[in-house]
Amino acid sequence: MIMLPFLVIFPALVAILLLLIANDSWRRVIVWAGAAVTGAASLSLLFVTPESGPLFYPVGSEMISELMFGAEILIGLFLIYLGVKYRKYLAIFLILFQAAILVLFETGRASIPHHLPPGLFIDQFSLIMALIIGIIGSLICVYSLGYMATYHERHPGVPDRRRSFFFLVFIFLSAMFGLVFSDYLPWVFFFWEVTTLCSFLLIGYSKTDESLKNAFLALNMNILGGIAFAGALIYIMAVSPGGEMLHLHSLIQSGHAIALVPAVLIGFAGITKSALMPFSGWLVGAMVAPTPVSALLHSSTMVKAGVYIIVRFAPVLTGTMEGLIIGLVGGVTFLLASAIAISQGNAKKVLAYSTIANLGLIVACAGVGTYRLVWAAILLIIFHAIAKSLLFLCVGTVEHRIGSRDIEDMTGLIVRMPRISVMMFIGIAGMFLAPFGMLISKWAAIEAFIDAQFGLAFVAILAFGGSLTVLFWSKWMGKIISMCPVAERVENSISTEKWIVLSIITALTVLVCLIFPVISAQLIEPFVLAVYGQTTRLSQDNITIMAMMLFLLMIMPFSLLLHRHDKRIVPAYMGGRPTTPDLTFQGSMGIKQHVGLCNYYFEEVFGEQRLFMAGSALCFGLILLVGTLTAGVAL
Amino acid sequence: MHVGYAILFIALAPVIGGLVSGIDRKITARMQGRVGPPLLQPFYDVGKLFQKEQILVNPSQNFYITSYLVFIVVSGALFFAGGDLLLVIFAFTLAHIFLVLGAYSSYSPYSFIGAERELIQIIAYEPMIILSAVGMYMVTRSFYVADILAADFPLIYYLPGVFIGFLMVLTIKLRKSPFDLSTSHHAHQEIVKGVTTEFSGPMLGRVEVAHWYENVFLLGFIYLFFAWNPLIALVALAIVYFLEIVIDNTYSRVTWQLTLKSSWIIAGLMGLANLGILYYLSEVLHV
Repeated sequence: MIMLPFLVIFPALVAILLLLIANDSWRRVIVWAGAAVTGAASLSLLFVTPESGPLFYPVGSEMISELMFGAEILIGLFLIYLGVKYRKYLAIFLILFQAAILVLFETGRASIPHHLPPGLFIDQFSLIMALIIGIIGSLICVYSLGYMATYHERHPGVPDRRRSFFFLVFIFLSAMFGLVFSDYLPWVFFFWEVTTLCSFLLIGYSKTDESLKNAFLALNMNILGGIAFAGALIYIMAVSPGGEMLHLHSLIQSGHAIALVPAVLIGFAGITKSALMPFSGWLVGAMVAPTPVSALLHSSTMVKAGVYIIVRFAPVLTGTMEGLIIGLVGGVTFLLASAIAISQGNAKKVLAYSTIANLGLIVACAGVGTYRLVWAAILLIIFHAIAKSLLFLCVGTVEHRIGSRDIEDMTGLIVRMPRISVMMFIGIAGMFLAPFGMLISKWAAIEAFIDAQFGLAFVAILAFGGSLTVLFWSKWMGKIISMCPVAERVENSISTEKWIVLSIITALTVLVCLIFPVISAQLIEPFVLAVYGQTTRLSQDNITIMAMMLFLLMIMPFSLLLHRHDKRIVPAYMGGRPTTPDLTFQGSMGIKQHVGLCNYYFEEVFGEQRLFMAGSALCFGLILLVGTLTAGVAL
Repeated sequence: MHVGYAILFIALAPVIGGLVSGIDRKITARMQGRVGPPLLQPFYDVGKLFQKEQILVNPSQNFYITSYLVFIVVSGALFFAGGDLLLVIFAFTLAHIFLVLGAYSSYSPYSFIGAERELIQIIAYEPMIILSAVGMYMVTRSFYVADILAADFPLIYYLPGVFIGFLMVLTIKLRKSPFDLSTSHHAHQEIVKGVTTEFSGPMLGRVEVAHWYENVFLLGFIYLFFAWNPLIALVALAIVYFLEIVIDNTYSRVTWQLTLKSSWIIAGLMGLANLGILYYLSEVLHV
């Protein structure tokens, strides 16, 4: 089981190496090698993961916890320095507050006489997370090589700090591995804080006013979550002076009486980290960062840390009023973020709101937390990570070629960049269409919610919210496949690196839909069974039918061969006006007009401002409610 | 799974769908004081379409429309085979996305607007269709059409609100006025032929045939509400369809805003309230 500490330490070592080396070709070699080793190591975990229940790996030394505490204080000092430098006093206040709680906790912890040795563990859920981090995360690192080179060509005003960029990206991966493998909650908290720091620095990479503002927004919100997390640690210390409840597994198994309050506090931290309303602002603001950072934040790191921890606590939350309300926060976020995405024209913003919506759905599943819903939530995490990273990387590539990330500028992309368009098309289909992944999980969620307590509210949310997602994805799809006759091909000069990464993730998107029954049977079901004592799956009939549908979808393009004799191509109907092939027509008064087609955005119905206000108010109210309830339990 | 019924559906649905369409045109004509076309006119029309030369705006249209037809048939066949209702609905949505994409691909102003409106229609009706399936599950404890069909009591007793909500979205699905926003059976349409503007000849023929399949599937869905007594069910189908024709001929087309709002409000009020009461009765009172 040496793999577990290896996966935590190795990316960190690669990161330090990358910080030291300025030479571009050496960096390339190291990133490739680091990514390949990380990916291979995470895959090798498949062979060591136990059939059932978690496998612990004691790392014994008390030194580590103290080193981590020291590092946390250093991080705090560094953030305070930045806060002073950019005069962000709210951030300084929050950091000081959090540090005070931490010192309090650490003095308490130091006085515990006999520690259970803190350690790492692995079970099927950790393994799934590790695979996502190790494979998707590493691929994004490789993609960043080409992207960042182009980025700095295009933004000469931004100082080239690629050394710290790659340093941060690899530290990010290391922290994520640490987070999903740690059983000792103070360690989880340490890695939690490192992800906050990394995302803060990466969002502020370009150091423009806007990026700094958004970086500090992200920092403030995540530190707020961090404070709740630290509060949970203090609470656990207070109720379990022996410190044994500081271990994730013993805490979860201890039942509602002890675990509910920490579960809610850590759940709140998870809500901030996974950017549910009212904290969704930071993830939307994070799109100012270079696109690989967005891909990383949205798919394999950061927001997935938030939902990971909430899903971990699902057995504690299930059946409680608190869990139900946390689930409702997720449900409201899903519904409103999906609606807001309709009114957005900026591709990265659409992706951001879709991520927020899907995280909301995952939290809704985990908050209600029956075994069937946890099954659906883990499936959602897997499918979302792959499809969303693909979409971000596609948008990043397109942005560099056509100079815009506006969906309106992607008209006829299928003509201009056919291969990228097909990949984007598959990514979008993966997000909402049968028989692809996200739809399978939504379907499972509907079925599971019906039988859950108060599940009808969630079923309604899914029915309405699900149809909203259909609208914004389809109109984007429609835009890229419009056969605009005047477009020219601009797909050349995309680096091989990008092609390799994009092709692998596209293949994964399809492959995971094909093999998901195996993933479910080998990984998700044993995990759910170990935690809940019972498990679920899709029925064999339906899996067969969906495999057939997928196969049918794959052979449908060959239907074009049937029609290869249809030769008569005519221009589109223009109300009888004389039209030229390059889409100009004779307008009134004899003026030549150009045809331009623009999607509906329904700003007055689905406007961002209004719905965001409504959603934030509602979710804020729900969080206040759960806070009051929890305070009642705690006191 | 009853593969036999699926094969029957694939073979017979176009015949039934075409006949229903012919009867529809006849009754509509009589309501308008016309004699109307012969009963078999829809078959003559489609037959003629298939004999025409295929002209295209671009070749990819063929792919989307063929996929539309194939997936409509797949979802209908799955329904009649007694499959999972939710999967049927998702396959049905997939099919319609292909129709929309076909319209988008032509880069034509009229079909582009038609596509956008078709999407609005999809989000208007989809929640109610899912809620209908959920309602049937709550009553019969199964999503499988075969199990729902086997229920020995009338679903309509328990799901009157859901049924009314379903009738509302049925008007959208049958492309009847007042909700024929994206394309229409009538000649009067403000965006030419909307979503089907750029489809012609055999391709338009495929769209028509897909619509017949779709209508038979929708009638099958209504049948489920009355399935305990086939005779009553057939009478109910006739009444429902007649009602749709009456509505078609007495209302003028509404805006997309009103379409979306009214169908969501009806789905919310009728469908959700119905389900809420059912939920309350079964979970709280254990009736």
